[in-house]
Amino acid sequence: MPSRDPFSDPFTGEESGRTIIELRGISRTFGAQNVLRDVSLNIRAGETVCLVGESGCGKSVTLKIMASLMQPSSGDVLWNGVPIGERSDEELVRDRLRFGYLFQGAALFDSLSVFENIAFGLRQNTKMSDAFLEAIVAERLKDVGMSPTSARKMPSELSGGMRKRVGLARTLALMPDIILYDEPTTGLDPIMIDVINTLIMKTRRRRPVTSVVVTHEMSTVRKVADRVIMFYPLSRLQPGESQIVFEGTPEEAFSSEDSRVSQFVYGEAGERMEELALL
Amino acid sequence: MECELKNHFFDRVASDHLNSCALALQEPDTDVMSSVPAPRRTTIIHTFGRLVIEFVQAVGDLALFATSMLRWLCRGLPRRIVVVESMYEVGVRSIPVVLITGMFIGMVLAVQGYQQFHLMRMETRMGAVINMALVAELGPVLAATMLAGRVGCAMAAELGTMRVTEQIDALRALGANPVQYLVVPRFLSCFLLIPLLTVVADAIGVAGGWMLSTQVLGVDATYYWHYSTEYVAAWDVCAGILKSMFFGAAIALIACHCGFTCGSGAEGVGRAATSSFVLSFVVILVLDFFLGMFLNELYWTLWPGPSSFV
Repeated sequence: MPSRDPFSDPFTGEESGRTIIELRGISRTFGAQNVLRDVSLNIRAGETVCLVGESGCGKSVTLKIMASLMQPSSGDVLWNGVPIGERSDEELVRDRLRFGYLFQGAALFDSLSVFENIAFGLRQNTKMSDAFLEAIVAERLKDVGMSPTSARKMPSELSGGMRKRVGLARTLALMPDIILYDEPTTGLDPIMIDVINTLIMKTRRRRPVTSVVVTHEMSTVRKVADRVIMFYPLSRLQPGESQIVFEGTPEEAFSSEDSRVSQFVYGEAGERMEELALL
Repeated sequence: MECELKNHFFDRVASDHLNSCALALQEPDTDVMSSVPAPRRTTIIHTFGRLVIEFVQAVGDLALFATSMLRWLCRGLPRRIVVVESMYEVGVRSIPVVLITGMFIGMVLAVQGYQQFHLMRMETRMGAVINMALVAELGPVLAATMLAGRVGCAMAAELGTMRVTEQIDALRALGANPVQYLVVPRFLSCFLLIPLLTVVADAIGVAGGWMLSTQVLGVDATYYWHYSTEYVAAWDVCAGILKSMFFGAAIALIACHCGFTCGSGAEGVGRAATSSFVLSFVVILVLDFFLGMFLNELYWTLWPGPSSFV
């Protein structure tokens, strides 16, 4: 029977590199629509994994299932070898706090200031004094390259890039062991994309975190990924074919001879143009 | 098992949202078409059956939502500042609209009733009718309708927007339970403050009716109050206030549920706000009818004999 406190010190000594998140035969259906079919994958401690694939192929759903923000229709999610279904409510909430989740649109709370957004998780789960919270928020803002004066602003006053950075600061405030990034660079300009990529790298250098990044940006893959997992839309697969069509290093992805991988990696529409009757 | 129940709403909500996204992003090729189920049958029986199933599902969903809310309410209150902010929004900011509508309802009752009572030379009894109607029915229903329109719609729209923008997921990811953080304060605010709003609506309605009847229509004030106090009993006032608490609970639950289960995009949020008001209004009237019957029966059981008004 595995330990009931599975995330205790997961990245040190001999434990480093072991599987800390495992998806076994995950399927997810929305009404009549199948989005995930029998997906199995592992995330190892300390690595940065990029999930890539076309829009609608189930990457974000996979990320939410990993963090237990969504239930799979079938299959098991294991955190450090223990199925999440075996956890009590309290254990699930406690263990979920080991995850940081950067949402696609940052998902900042509109009615709260930047300070309150970043301090939210700490207020909710600890009894820190306001002075201590202020110090932590200032430090997290500094980590993402924002001035402490930004803390007084409301989310509506921030640009897209700033919102993403505040979202990252909020995610980092709880010192998570695993950070899940859902399209962290979508909708940003190339400079801001590089800023976010650098922050992902910087976060990893500062603390031994495990990262899973859902992205369409191959520059992000090149810069941050140790491993790439490519999903393919179920609608384009034959029955029984695996939905994960590639798993390997970024270099292997860029040199893959599988047209499904190379077309995505190099952004070539190929036969899709004909299918869409655009030629 | 408990965990599954807890996640039920959010899972369902996320399903709808992602389903619509996934469908929108799929290309219309033959593989997709082959995975789409056969078109729905549209005979009257199929449509009726579908409506019945959807109704049962909706009621079951709302019941589960209410159970979850009550469980979190029993586990402990959210932070005081969250509850206070919600109470300010629900209670204090609703007072002006309740004052205005209450005043006019009282005056409208006086204007409409005067001609009839005057023909029977019973205008001095108008106070009894106006005040009875206000404290037993119109005050609670009016306050509830204002709450459903002003606060319920705003709640549904706010929570719907939070859902669409993944803020509800973000709450869970940050270790907060969305039901405890978002629904419990709103429920408490509506449940506890609607009686006060009802009292305000009653009082201003009574004042409006009195003012128009005695100062404009020339009804004798002494007889007006004499018949009012003779026929309107404390029970009637209490019954109205008691009913309002049920209205408040229903409004909060329906509005929050509509917000938590709203569809994707601006259209989904708009629909959630509309559904919240329409459903709340229907439920208020249905509850008013059944609670009215129940409270009348209770009155006759506790105090057998002729009613105060007859």
